[in-house]
Amino acid sequence: MTKIQLTVDGAKVSDDVEPRMLLVQYLREKLGKTGTVIGCDTSNCGACTVHLDGRSVKSCNVLAVQADGSEVTTIEGLAEGSVLHPVQEAFRECHALQCGFCTPGMIMQSVDLLKDNPDPSEEEIRVGIEGNLCRCTGYHNIVRAVQTAAAGKVSGDAEAGSPAATAETEKVEV
Amino acid sequence: MIPTQFDYVAPGSVDEALAALAQHGDDAKVLAGGQSLLPVLRMRLNAPEVVIDLGKIDALREIRDEGDTITIGAMATYQSILDHTGIKGSLRLLHQAISEVADPQIRHRGTLGGALVHADPAGDCGAPTLALEADLVIQGPSGERTVAATDFFEDLFTTAVGDDELLTAIRFRKHDGWGSHYEKFVRVAHQWPIVSIAAAVKVDGGTISEARIGLVNMGSTALRASATEAALVGAQATAEGVAEACAKAADGTNPPSDLNGDADYRRHLATVLTKRAVLKAAGG
Repeated sequence: MTKIQLTVDGAKVSDDVEPRMLLVQYLREKLGKTGTVIGCDTSNCGACTVHLDGRSVKSCNVLAVQADGSEVTTIEGLAEGSVLHPVQEAFRECHALQCGFCTPGMIMQSVDLLKDNPDPSEEEIRVGIEGNLCRCTGYHNIVRAVQTAAAGKVSGDAEAGSPAATAETEKVEV
Repeated sequence: MIPTQFDYVAPGSVDEALAALAQHGDDAKVLAGGQSLLPVLRMRLNAPEVVIDLGKIDALREIRDEGDTITIGAMATYQSILDHTGIKGSLRLLHQAISEVADPQIRHRGTLGGALVHADPAGDCGAPTLALEADLVIQGPSGERTVAATDFFEDLFTTAVGDDELLTAIRFRKHDGWGSHYEKFVRVAHQWPIVSIAAAVKVDGGTISEARIGLVNMGSTALRASATEAALVGAQATAEGVAEACAKAADGTNPPSDLNGDADYRRHLATVLTKRAVLKAAGG
Protein backbone atom coordinates (compact mmCIF):
# COMPACT_ATOMS: atom_id res chain seq x y z
CA MET A 1 0.00 0.00 0.00
CA THR A 2 1.12 3.52 -0.77
CA LYS A 3 0.01 6.62 1.07
CA ILE A 4 -1.44 9.39 -1.07
CA GLN A 5 -2.67 12.87 -0.24
CA LEU A 6 -4.59 14.94 -2.73
CA THR A 7 -7.38 17.44 -3.07
CA VAL A 8 -10.57 16.25 -4.72
CA ASP A 9 -13.32 18.75 -5.53
CA GLY A 10 -11.87 21.14 -3.00
CA ALA A 11 -11.59 18.63 -0.12
CA LYS A 12 -8.27 17.29 1.13
CA VAL A 13 -8.19 13.50 1.21
CA SER A 14 -5.59 11.03 2.34
CA ASP A 15 -5.59 7.26 1.86
CA ASP A 16 -3.50 4.13 1.65
CA VAL A 17 -4.04 2.61 -1.78
CA GLU A 18 -2.72 -0.28 -3.81
CA PRO A 19 -0.30 1.10 -6.41
CA ARG A 20 -2.31 -0.57 -9.14
CA MET A 21 -5.50 1.30 -8.25
CA LEU A 22 -6.62 3.56 -11.10
CA LEU A 23 -7.57 7.14 -10.29
CA VAL A 24 -11.10 6.50 -11.55
CA GLN A 25 -11.46 3.54 -9.21
CA TYR A 26 -10.17 5.63 -6.34
CA LEU A 27 -12.70 8.36 -7.07
CA ARG A 28 -15.60 5.96 -7.42
CA GLU A 29 -14.84 3.21 -4.95
CA LYS A 30 -12.96 5.00 -2.18
CA LEU A 31 -14.53 8.44 -2.35
CA GLY A 32 -17.96 7.45 -3.70
CA LYS A 33 -17.71 9.99 -6.51
CA THR A 34 -19.66 7.89 -8.97
CA GLY A 35 -20.42 10.90 -11.17
CA THR A 36 -17.19 10.00 -12.97
CA VAL A 37 -17.98 6.88 -14.97
CA ILE A 38 -15.98 4.09 -16.59
CA GLY A 39 -16.97 3.65 -20.21
CA CYS A 40 -14.44 1.54 -22.01
CA ASP A 41 -11.39 0.19 -20.17
CA THR A 42 -9.21 0.96 -23.20
CA SER A 43 -8.69 4.72 -22.72
CA ASN A 44 -10.62 5.50 -25.87
CA CYS A 45 -13.95 6.81 -24.70
CA GLY A 46 -13.15 9.72 -22.38
CA ALA A 47 -16.21 9.12 -20.16
CA CYS A 48 -13.93 9.14 -17.09
CA THR A 49 -12.39 12.55 -17.89
CA VAL A 50 -11.52 14.65 -14.84
CA HIS A 51 -9.18 17.61 -14.33
CA LEU A 52 -5.80 16.84 -12.79
CA ASP A 53 -3.99 20.01 -11.73
CA GLY A 54 -6.22 21.99 -14.05
CA ARG A 55 -5.95 19.89 -17.22
CA SER A 56 -8.29 17.20 -18.52
CA VAL A 57 -7.09 13.61 -18.23
CA LYS A 58 -8.67 10.21 -18.62
CA SER A 59 -8.81 9.00 -15.03
CA CYS A 60 -8.71 5.36 -16.15
CA ASN A 61 -5.26 6.12 -17.56
CA VAL A 62 -3.76 7.55 -14.39
CA LEU A 63 -2.83 5.60 -11.28
CA ALA A 64 -4.18 6.99 -8.02
CA VAL A 65 -0.58 7.09 -6.73
CA GLN A 66 0.36 9.36 -9.66
CA ALA A 67 -2.20 11.88 -8.41
CA ASP A 68 -0.42 12.15 -5.04
CA GLY A 69 0.01 15.82 -4.21
CA SER A 70 -2.32 16.93 -6.97
CA GLU A 71 -5.65 18.64 -7.25
CA VAL A 72 -8.47 16.73 -8.91
CA THR A 73 -11.78 18.18 -10.07
CA THR A 74 -14.56 15.81 -11.07
CA ILE A 75 -17.97 16.50 -12.57
CA GLU A 76 -19.23 16.58 -8.99
CA GLY A 77 -17.04 19.55 -8.18
CA LEU A 78 -18.08 21.83 -11.04
CA ALA A 79 -21.29 23.30 -9.67
CA GLU A 80 -21.29 26.02 -7.02
CA GLY A 81 -23.82 24.60 -4.58
CA SER A 82 -27.07 24.36 -6.47
CA VAL A 83 -25.86 26.63 -9.30
CA LEU A 84 -24.69 24.58 -12.24
CA HIS A 85 -21.46 25.42 -14.05
CA PRO A 86 -22.30 27.29 -17.30
CA VAL A 87 -21.24 24.27 -19.36
CA GLN A 88 -23.47 21.97 -17.30
CA GLU A 89 -26.30 24.46 -17.73
CA ALA A 90 -25.69 24.63 -21.48
CA PHE A 91 -25.79 20.83 -21.75
CA ARG A 92 -29.11 20.89 -19.90
CA GLU A 93 -30.59 23.67 -22.00
CA CYS A 94 -29.46 22.19 -25.32
CA HIS A 95 -30.43 18.69 -24.27
CA ALA A 96 -26.88 17.60 -25.12
CA LEU A 97 -27.43 14.01 -24.19
CA GLN A 98 -29.33 10.93 -25.16
CA CYS A 99 -28.45 8.16 -22.73
CA GLY A 100 -26.23 10.51 -20.73
CA PHE A 101 -23.37 8.11 -20.07
CA CYS A 102 -20.72 10.16 -21.89
CA THR A 103 -21.99 13.42 -20.38
CA PRO A 104 -19.66 13.76 -17.36
CA GLY A 105 -16.60 13.29 -19.57
CA MET A 106 -17.99 15.49 -22.33
CA ILE A 107 -18.63 18.31 -19.88
CA MET A 108 -15.21 18.03 -18.23
CA GLN A 109 -13.47 18.04 -21.62
CA SER A 110 -15.62 20.94 -22.84
CA VAL A 111 -14.69 22.99 -19.78
CA ASP A 112 -11.01 22.30 -20.49
CA LEU A 113 -11.45 23.22 -24.16
CA LEU A 114 -13.16 26.53 -23.35
CA LYS A 115 -10.43 27.41 -20.86
CA ASP A 116 -7.92 27.16 -23.71
CA ASN A 117 -10.11 28.58 -26.42
CA PRO A 118 -13.06 30.65 -25.15
CA ASP A 119 -14.52 31.11 -28.63
CA PRO A 120 -14.03 27.89 -30.58
CA SER A 121 -15.41 27.28 -34.05
CA GLU A 122 -17.62 24.25 -34.62
CA GLU A 123 -14.62 22.45 -36.11
CA GLU A 124 -12.44 23.33 -33.12
CA ILE A 125 -15.10 21.97 -30.78
CA ARG A 126 -15.34 18.71 -32.70
CA VAL A 127 -11.55 18.33 -32.68
CA GLY A 128 -11.41 19.38 -29.04
CA ILE A 129 -13.73 16.58 -27.97
CA GLU A 130 -12.24 13.95 -30.27
CA GLY A 131 -11.14 11.94 -27.26
CA ASN A 132 -14.72 11.61 -26.03
CA LEU A 133 -17.07 9.15 -27.63
CA CYS A 134 -20.87 9.37 -27.59
CA ARG A 135 -22.15 5.95 -28.45
CA CYS A 136 -25.61 7.39 -29.10
CA THR A 137 -23.80 9.57 -31.67
CA GLY A 138 -25.56 12.60 -30.22
CA TYR A 139 -22.74 14.97 -31.09
CA HIS A 140 -24.85 17.73 -32.66
CA ASN A 141 -26.41 18.93 -29.44
CA ILE A 142 -23.16 18.46 -27.56
CA VAL A 143 -21.45 20.83 -30.01
CA ARG A 144 -24.39 23.22 -29.66
CA ALA A 145 -24.08 23.16 -25.91
CA VAL A 146 -20.39 24.04 -26.06
CA GLN A 147 -21.18 26.88 -28.48
CA THR A 148 -23.97 28.09 -26.22
CA ALA A 149 -21.70 28.05 -23.18
CA ALA A 150 -18.95 29.82 -25.14
CA ALA A 151 -21.36 32.53 -26.27
CA GLY A 152 -22.43 33.11 -22.69
CA LYS A 153 -26.01 32.49 -23.71
CA VAL A 154 -26.86 30.20 -20.87
CA SER A 155 -30.01 31.57 -19.32
CA GLY A 156 -30.02 29.34 -16.30
CA ASP A 157 -33.78 29.09 -16.23
CA ALA A 158 -34.77 27.71 -19.63
CA GLU A 159 -36.47 24.36 -19.80
CA ALA A 160 -34.26 21.74 -21.34
CA GLY A 161 -34.93 21.54 -25.06
CA SER A 162 -37.37 24.43 -24.98
CA PRO A 163 -37.89 26.50 -28.16
CA ALA A 164 -36.07 29.41 -26.54
CA ALA A 165 -32.97 27.32 -25.95
CA THR A 166 -33.04 26.00 -29.49
CA ALA A 167 -33.56 29.43 -31.05
CA GLU A 168 -30.39 30.70 -29.41
CA THR A 169 -28.28 28.16 -31.24
CA GLU A 170 -29.80 28.45 -34.70
CA LYS A 171 -26.47 29.10 -36.36
CA VAL A 172 -25.60 25.41 -36.07
CA GLU A 173 -26.78 23.37 -38.99
CA VAL A 174 -28.39 20.09 -38.11
CA MET B 1 -9.67 -4.86 -16.07
CA ILE B 2 -7.14 -3.48 -13.65
CA PRO B 3 -3.40 -4.18 -13.61
CA THR B 4 -1.90 -7.08 -11.69
CA GLN B 5 -0.31 -6.12 -8.39
CA PHE B 6 3.04 -4.39 -8.45
CA ASP B 7 5.27 -2.47 -6.10
CA TYR B 8 5.65 1.22 -6.78
CA VAL B 9 8.59 3.54 -6.40
CA ALA B 10 8.67 7.22 -7.30
CA PRO B 11 12.31 8.33 -7.20
CA GLY B 12 13.06 12.01 -6.79
CA SER B 13 16.11 12.09 -9.06
CA VAL B 14 17.60 10.36 -12.09
CA ASP B 15 20.29 8.79 -9.87
CA GLU B 16 17.65 7.30 -7.59
CA ALA B 17 15.74 6.03 -10.62
CA LEU B 18 18.89 4.38 -12.00
CA ALA B 19 19.52 2.78 -8.62
CA ALA B 20 15.98 1.40 -8.59
CA LEU B 21 16.50 0.06 -12.13
CA ALA B 22 19.78 -1.56 -11.09
CA GLN B 23 18.03 -3.20 -8.16
CA HIS B 24 14.98 -4.52 -10.00
CA GLY B 25 16.32 -5.03 -13.51
CA ASP B 26 14.01 -7.01 -15.78
CA ASP B 27 11.25 -7.11 -13.17
CA ALA B 28 10.75 -3.35 -13.41
CA LYS B 29 8.90 -1.17 -15.86
CA VAL B 30 9.52 2.56 -16.13
CA LEU B 31 6.42 4.76 -16.01
CA ALA B 32 6.60 8.08 -17.87
CA GLY B 33 3.25 9.68 -18.73
CA GLY B 34 1.59 6.27 -18.70
CA GLN B 35 -0.65 6.83 -21.70
CA SER B 36 0.66 3.70 -23.43
CA LEU B 37 1.86 1.77 -20.39
CA LEU B 38 -1.36 1.92 -18.39
CA PRO B 39 -3.49 0.37 -21.16
CA VAL B 40 -0.79 -2.32 -21.48
CA LEU B 41 -0.91 -2.99 -17.74
CA ARG B 42 -4.70 -2.94 -17.64
CA MET B 43 -4.97 -5.42 -20.47
CA ARG B 44 -2.30 -7.43 -18.66
CA LEU B 45 -0.07 -7.60 -21.70
CA ASN B 46 2.72 -6.88 -19.26
CA ALA B 47 2.87 -7.62 -15.53
CA PRO B 48 5.95 -6.00 -13.99
CA GLU B 49 6.76 -6.64 -10.34
CA VAL B 50 7.86 -3.04 -9.85
CA VAL B 51 6.79 0.19 -11.52
CA ILE B 52 9.34 3.01 -11.37
CA ASP B 53 7.46 6.29 -11.81
CA LEU B 54 9.56 9.18 -13.15
CA GLY B 55 6.73 11.63 -12.48
CA LYS B 56 8.38 13.21 -9.44
CA ILE B 57 11.63 14.09 -11.25
CA ASP B 58 10.91 17.68 -12.22
CA ALA B 59 14.29 18.11 -13.95
CA LEU B 60 13.19 15.67 -16.65
CA ARG B 61 10.29 17.95 -17.63
CA GLU B 62 12.47 20.90 -18.63
CA ILE B 63 12.57 22.23 -22.18
CA ARG B 64 15.73 24.24 -22.79
CA ASP B 65 16.44 26.59 -25.67
CA GLU B 66 20.20 26.46 -26.16
CA GLY B 67 20.63 28.74 -29.15
CA ASP B 68 21.11 26.35 -32.06
CA THR B 69 19.39 23.47 -30.31
CA ILE B 70 16.34 22.80 -28.18
CA THR B 71 16.63 20.02 -25.61
CA ILE B 72 13.38 18.47 -24.49
CA GLY B 73 13.39 16.59 -21.19
CA ALA B 74 12.15 13.04 -21.60
CA MET B 75 9.22 13.72 -19.25
CA ALA B 76 8.03 16.90 -20.98
CA THR B 77 4.38 16.36 -21.81
CA TYR B 78 3.07 16.72 -25.34
CA GLN B 79 1.10 19.74 -24.16
CA SER B 80 4.15 21.47 -22.71
CA ILE B 81 5.95 20.90 -26.03
CA LEU B 82 2.98 22.35 -27.93
CA ASP B 83 2.96 25.38 -25.60
CA HIS B 84 6.68 26.10 -26.16
CA THR B 85 7.03 29.00 -28.59
CA GLY B 86 10.59 28.07 -29.61
CA ILE B 87 9.45 24.61 -30.70
CA LYS B 88 6.50 26.06 -32.56
CA GLY B 89 8.86 28.36 -34.43
CA SER B 90 11.96 26.25 -35.05
CA LEU B 91 10.73 22.64 -34.90
CA ARG B 92 7.44 22.93 -36.71
CA LEU B 93 7.47 19.31 -37.89
CA LEU B 94 7.66 18.02 -34.33
CA HIS B 95 5.04 20.53 -33.23
CA GLN B 96 2.62 19.51 -35.94
CA ALA B 97 3.08 15.77 -35.38
CA ILE B 98 2.59 16.13 -31.64
CA SER B 99 -0.53 18.25 -32.17
CA GLU B 100 -1.98 15.17 -33.89
CA VAL B 101 -1.09 12.62 -31.21
CA ALA B 102 -4.22 10.91 -29.88
CA ASP B 103 -6.53 13.44 -28.17
CA PRO B 104 -6.24 16.39 -25.76
CA GLN B 105 -6.48 14.32 -22.57
CA ILE B 106 -3.69 12.01 -23.74
CA ARG B 107 -1.56 15.00 -24.76
CA HIS B 108 -1.93 16.49 -21.28
CA ARG B 109 -0.31 13.41 -19.71
CA GLY B 110 1.72 11.68 -22.41
CA THR B 111 5.41 12.45 -22.87
CA LEU B 112 7.70 12.55 -25.90
CA GLY B 113 10.35 10.52 -24.08
CA GLY B 114 7.85 7.87 -23.05
CA ALA B 115 6.54 7.55 -26.59
CA LEU B 116 10.03 7.21 -28.09
CA VAL B 117 11.13 4.53 -25.62
CA HIS B 118 7.82 2.71 -26.07
CA ALA B 119 8.82 2.64 -29.76
CA ASP B 120 5.48 1.70 -31.23
CA PRO B 121 6.12 1.87 -34.99
CA ALA B 122 2.59 3.29 -35.37
CA GLY B 123 3.31 6.12 -32.93
CA ASP B 124 3.44 9.66 -34.30
CA CYS B 125 6.70 10.75 -32.69
CA GLY B 126 9.35 8.45 -34.14
CA ALA B 127 9.14 9.77 -37.70
CA PRO B 128 9.66 13.48 -36.92
CA THR B 129 12.43 12.56 -34.48
CA LEU B 130 14.15 10.72 -37.34
CA ALA B 131 13.46 13.38 -39.94
CA LEU B 132 14.79 16.14 -37.67
CA GLU B 133 17.87 14.00 -36.91
CA ALA B 134 17.53 14.38 -33.17
CA ASP B 135 20.08 13.12 -30.66
CA LEU B 136 18.80 11.04 -27.76
CA VAL B 137 20.48 11.46 -24.40
CA ILE B 138 20.63 8.24 -22.38
CA GLN B 139 21.87 7.88 -18.80
CA GLY B 140 23.03 4.66 -17.23
CA PRO B 141 25.23 3.38 -14.44
CA SER B 142 28.36 4.33 -16.36
CA GLY B 143 27.24 7.84 -17.20
CA GLU B 144 25.63 9.64 -20.11
CA ARG B 145 25.78 8.78 -23.81
CA THR B 146 24.14 10.22 -26.89
CA VAL B 147 22.58 8.13 -29.63
CA ALA B 148 21.56 9.48 -33.03
CA ALA B 149 17.90 8.97 -33.89
CA THR B 150 18.86 6.69 -36.81
CA ASP B 151 20.51 4.30 -34.31
CA PHE B 152 17.84 4.58 -31.61
CA PHE B 153 15.00 2.43 -32.91
CA GLU B 154 16.12 -1.20 -33.06
CA ASP B 155 12.95 -3.23 -33.47
CA LEU B 156 9.30 -3.42 -32.49
CA PHE B 157 9.07 -1.81 -29.02
CA THR B 158 12.87 -2.03 -28.75
CA THR B 159 15.34 0.85 -28.59
CA ALA B 160 18.99 1.49 -27.82
CA VAL B 161 18.04 2.20 -24.18
CA GLY B 162 19.40 -0.69 -22.11
CA ASP B 163 17.62 -2.39 -19.20
CA ASP B 164 19.68 -0.39 -16.72
CA GLU B 165 19.39 2.93 -18.58
CA LEU B 166 16.94 5.81 -18.94
CA LEU B 167 16.26 8.18 -21.80
CA THR B 168 16.62 11.58 -20.16
CA ALA B 169 16.35 14.09 -23.02
CA ILE B 170 15.92 14.54 -26.75
CA ARG B 171 18.06 17.21 -28.44
CA PHE B 172 16.90 18.79 -31.68
CA ARG B 173 18.84 21.14 -33.88
CA LYS B 174 16.63 24.07 -34.81
CA HIS B 175 15.31 23.80 -38.33
CA ASP B 176 14.77 27.45 -39.18
CA GLY B 177 14.70 27.81 -42.95
CA TRP B 178 13.32 24.32 -43.51
CA GLY B 179 9.82 23.65 -44.74
CA SER B 180 7.99 20.76 -43.14
CA HIS B 181 4.75 18.86 -43.07
CA TYR B 182 3.32 15.90 -41.17
CA GLU B 183 0.79 14.02 -43.30
CA LYS B 184 -1.25 11.61 -41.19
CA PHE B 185 -3.68 9.09 -42.60
CA VAL B 186 -6.24 7.72 -40.14
CA ARG B 187 -9.57 6.02 -40.38
CA VAL B 188 -10.88 7.26 -37.04
CA ALA B 189 -9.99 10.48 -35.22
CA HIS B 190 -7.56 10.05 -32.30
CA GLN B 191 -6.39 6.65 -33.52
CA TRP B 192 -2.91 5.55 -34.52
CA PRO B 193 -2.00 6.39 -38.10
CA ILE B 194 -2.39 3.73 -40.76
CA VAL B 195 0.60 5.44 -42.36
CA SER B 196 2.05 8.89 -41.69
CA ILE B 197 4.85 10.84 -43.31
CA ALA B 198 7.05 13.42 -41.60
CA ALA B 199 8.78 15.51 -44.25
CA ALA B 200 11.36 18.29 -43.87
CA VAL B 201 12.84 19.92 -46.96
CA LYS B 202 15.08 22.84 -47.80
CA VAL B 203 14.22 24.67 -50.99
CA ASP B 204 16.58 27.05 -52.77
CA GLY B 205 15.13 28.96 -55.71
CA GLY B 206 12.45 26.36 -56.43
CA THR B 207 14.86 23.42 -56.19
CA ILE B 208 15.01 21.01 -53.26
CA SER B 209 18.51 21.02 -51.77
CA GLU B 210 17.97 18.74 -48.79
CA ALA B 211 15.18 16.36 -47.76
CA ARG B 212 14.44 14.22 -44.70
CA ILE B 213 11.49 11.84 -44.73
CA GLY B 214 10.28 9.82 -41.72
CA LEU B 215 7.77 6.99 -42.12
CA VAL B 216 5.21 5.84 -39.53
CA ASN B 217 3.86 2.28 -39.49
CA MET B 218 5.85 1.07 -42.48
CA GLY B 219 7.84 -1.60 -40.64
CA SER B 220 8.85 -2.77 -37.20
CA THR B 221 10.27 0.66 -36.35
CA ALA B 222 9.88 4.25 -37.49
CA LEU B 223 11.97 4.55 -40.65
CA ARG B 224 13.72 7.01 -42.94
CA ALA B 225 12.77 6.91 -46.63
CA SER B 226 16.42 7.11 -47.71
CA ALA B 227 15.87 6.46 -51.42
CA THR B 228 13.33 9.28 -51.62
CA GLU B 229 15.55 11.63 -49.62
CA ALA B 230 18.46 11.09 -52.00
CA ALA B 231 16.32 11.36 -55.13
CA LEU B 232 14.69 14.60 -53.98
CA VAL B 233 17.99 16.48 -53.91
CA GLY B 234 18.07 18.64 -57.02
CA ALA B 235 14.39 18.04 -57.83
CA GLN B 236 12.11 20.91 -58.72
CA ALA B 237 9.62 21.56 -55.89
CA THR B 238 6.63 20.84 -58.12
CA ALA B 239 4.20 17.92 -58.43
CA GLU B 240 6.02 16.67 -61.54
CA GLY B 241 9.43 17.41 -60.09
CA VAL B 242 9.02 15.29 -56.94
CA ALA B 243 6.88 12.48 -58.41
CA GLU B 244 9.71 10.10 -59.29
CA ALA B 245 11.49 10.52 -55.95
CA CYS B 246 8.29 10.08 -53.93
CA ALA B 247 7.45 6.88 -55.79
CA LYS B 248 10.45 5.36 -53.97
CA ALA B 249 9.05 6.13 -50.49
CA ALA B 250 8.27 2.49 -49.69
CA ASP B 251 11.55 1.11 -51.06
CA GLY B 252 13.11 -1.32 -48.63
CA THR B 253 10.18 -1.24 -46.18
CA ASN B 254 8.30 -4.19 -44.79
CA PRO B 255 4.97 -2.73 -43.65
CA PRO B 256 2.45 -4.71 -41.59
CA SER B 257 -0.91 -6.01 -42.78
CA ASP B 258 -3.91 -5.55 -40.52
CA LEU B 259 -7.61 -4.72 -40.60
CA ASN B 260 -6.82 -1.18 -41.74
CA GLY B 261 -4.95 -2.30 -44.83
CA ASP B 262 -2.51 -4.86 -46.17
CA ALA B 263 1.17 -4.28 -46.83
CA ASP B 264 0.70 -3.41 -50.51
CA TYR B 265 -1.92 -0.82 -49.63
CA ARG B 266 0.46 0.74 -47.11
CA ARG B 267 3.27 0.83 -49.70
CA HIS B 268 0.97 2.65 -52.10
CA LEU B 269 -0.21 4.97 -49.34
CA ALA B 270 3.38 5.82 -48.42
CA THR B 271 4.15 7.03 -51.93
CA VAL B 272 0.96 9.12 -52.18
CA LEU B 273 1.33 10.64 -48.71
CA THR B 274 5.03 11.35 -49.20
CA LYS B 275 4.27 13.33 -52.31
CA ARG B 276 1.62 15.32 -50.46
CA ALA B 277 3.89 15.89 -47.49
CA VAL B 278 6.89 16.96 -49.58
CA LEU B 279 4.84 19.38 -51.67
CA LYS B 280 3.25 20.93 -48.58
CA ALA B 281 6.66 21.10 -46.89
CA ALA B 282 8.06 22.83 -49.97
CA GLY B 283 5.25 25.35 -49.78
CA GLY B 284 3.47 24.09 -52.89
